[in-house]
Amino acid sequence: MDAFEKLTALVIPLDRMNVDTDAIIPKQYLKAIGRAGFGANLFDNWRYLDAGDGRTDAERRPNPDFVLNKPRYRGAQILLARANFGCGSSREHAPWALLEYGIRAIIAPSFADIFFNNSLKNGLLPVIVPDAVVDRLFRDVEANPGYALTVDLVSETVVLPDGTRVPFQIDPFRRECLLRGLDDVGWTLQYEAQIKQYEERRRAEAPWLFVAE
Amino acid sequence: MGKTLYDKLWDSHVVRELPDGTCLLYIDRHLVHEVTSPQAFAGLRAAGRRLWRRDANLAVADHNVPTKDRALGIRDDTSRVQVETLDRNCADFGVTLFAMNDPRQGIVHVVGPEQGATLPGMTIVCGDSHTSTHGAFGALAHGIGTSEVEQVLATQCLLQKRAKPMRVRLEGQVPDGVTAKDLALAVIGRIGTAGGTGHAIEFAGPAVRALSMEGRMTLCNMAIEAGARAGLVAVDETTLTYLANRPFAPRGALWERAVAAWRDLHSDEDAVFAREVTIDVAALSPQVTWGTSPEMVVGITGRVPDPAAEPDAARRAAMTAALAYMDLKPGTPMVDVPIDVVFIGSCTNARLEDLRAAARMVQGRRIAAGVRALVVPGSGLVKKAAEAEGLDRVFVAAGFEWRDAGCSMCLAMNADRLEAGERCASTSNRNFEGRQGVGGRTHLVSPAMAAAAAVAGHFVDVRGW
Repeated sequence: MDAFEKLTALVIPLDRMNVDTDAIIPKQYLKAIGRAGFGANLFDNWRYLDAGDGRTDAERRPNPDFVLNKPRYRGAQILLARANFGCGSSREHAPWALLEYGIRAIIAPSFADIFFNNSLKNGLLPVIVPDAVVDRLFRDVEANPGYALTVDLVSETVVLPDGTRVPFQIDPFRRECLLRGLDDVGWTLQYEAQIKQYEERRRAEAPWLFVAE
Repeated sequence: MGKTLYDKLWDSHVVRELPDGTCLLYIDRHLVHEVTSPQAFAGLRAAGRRLWRRDANLAVADHNVPTKDRALGIRDDTSRVQVETLDRNCADFGVTLFAMNDPRQGIVHVVGPEQGATLPGMTIVCGDSHTSTHGAFGALAHGIGTSEVEQVLATQCLLQKRAKPMRVRLEGQVPDGVTAKDLALAVIGRIGTAGGTGHAIEFAGPAVRALSMEGRMTLCNMAIEAGARAGLVAVDETTLTYLANRPFAPRGALWERAVAAWRDLHSDEDAVFAREVTIDVAALSPQVTWGTSPEMVVGITGRVPDPAAEPDAARRAAMTAALAYMDLKPGTPMVDVPIDVVFIGSCTNARLEDLRAAARMVQGRRIAAGVRALVVPGSGLVKKAAEAEGLDRVFVAAGFEWRDAGCSMCLAMNADRLEAGERCASTSNRNFEGRQGVGGRTHLVSPAMAAAAAVAGHFVDVRGW
């Protein structure tokens, strides 16, 4: 995954609570066997006025009222969202779609647990800030075309255009992985001997856990 | 101080703990399906890695499989490629697979317990959020993403932070006509879809103890809809009776040893929970959702709520958007809402007990004119058992379609889906926009409620049926 240190970028506001993973990337686009090709269908049901069956995305009619289609937010890399963002399924296609579209950080008052984990493992930074800050950011983004924020993982702060600094927290281990772009498998395999040791102990203690059919 | 069930399960699986509390957690059972695994196997290939422990994995194709005319294969090219990719990956890496035409094939969360591959005291993961289902057996079970699928395949471990233990006590006796599904919906209605975020929910109390394993699975299945990655129920005689002699369960002396260990899989008397919620279920009525989030739920005797009465602006906006999508007007009695489609199936409600409850409602009756209704058993073995009892004949005589096992219209990745504007009484778990088909409208209900709605053509109170 790509490392994440500091990002200054345009903000795109998605003013809905409980945005679920079916909304982020609908199931008809989960049939690919690779990790790419999901960005064009991010928020598909809201983004297009017609269904995608049998048409190429270029032939479809974008919904001009949906934020992703508003020219003022083109190129945004920070998504501003409401509570419980990413609820629903465990599909990692959701962070893949967001990343491929260009989003690198999401600011919200809360996230669903599995989506939160999946995002961290892909270099997509979920930033939790209080409701009152989110309310203010929605108002500021609306009122100011070209509104940009800085998300700084090194100092764990969001910096507003007027210099206001809002702190956020990421677990130290996850922060380290993000800063260095480290993936979990490589990290875990450093402890191969310890895993084997645990496994041997469990085989003796609880052999029924190792029964095959 | 005593330990919660969650703490017992967690503590017995920690391989290494980091200073910030992140743990390397050992995984006993990994269930695999075709949608969230291809990129994980591709990652192993690219890195030249093998499986850490082949026999910990069990794979089955469920999301994309057709539920009729299987002999013709899968018509949709992308679905077929995904299922064939699973077949090839399992062959290449030596994973036990119940392929599409295996009699044991079915929804991964129905198959695991049915085979005894789900055991108390295990850590169980799968690239599917409804893995919470397996917590019904006193196992720590939760959904994971594809990166984590790859990690488990390669290392048998996950990097996790401990969740906060939460207890939901269901007091009182469950009234007739009220099922585990209604309990699940009532809990979500009470605590909200983010109510369990960051927590593992243990369901306890007399109403839970009285549930069958099928009912407990339904309850834990929807823990994720309450925001909790994991649901849990303590082990008791009901658990042990269910598991005895299942194909993957231990036997003989090993069974006895396992049972002795499993008897400790409950929260200690003096265990402290981060959060406790108590709900009296004695006066509960059958539940039905009216909106596009599972927390948007009322009793069957209730009405579609009015957003104008909601003080919170974000909630009011969500309710207004939901009513527009669902094409419902505030104040409409739920029993006056007509339906077009009935779906009885999914990892929430497609076990034998569910099919029996639905069949009782339609015995000797016909579905209403214009209603399309299908029953999709949770597994090939559930289907066979139902047929042995003649349930298939009851459904077919009433006008239902009797299908093969799979996820089907719960998420409509195969050919079973709603058309835009169609309204469905569904025994599945999510009523999100477009979940059952673009523009489709989903109302979540129990199997009995769905079956009765098929006959009436609108929602009805099964207590007076």
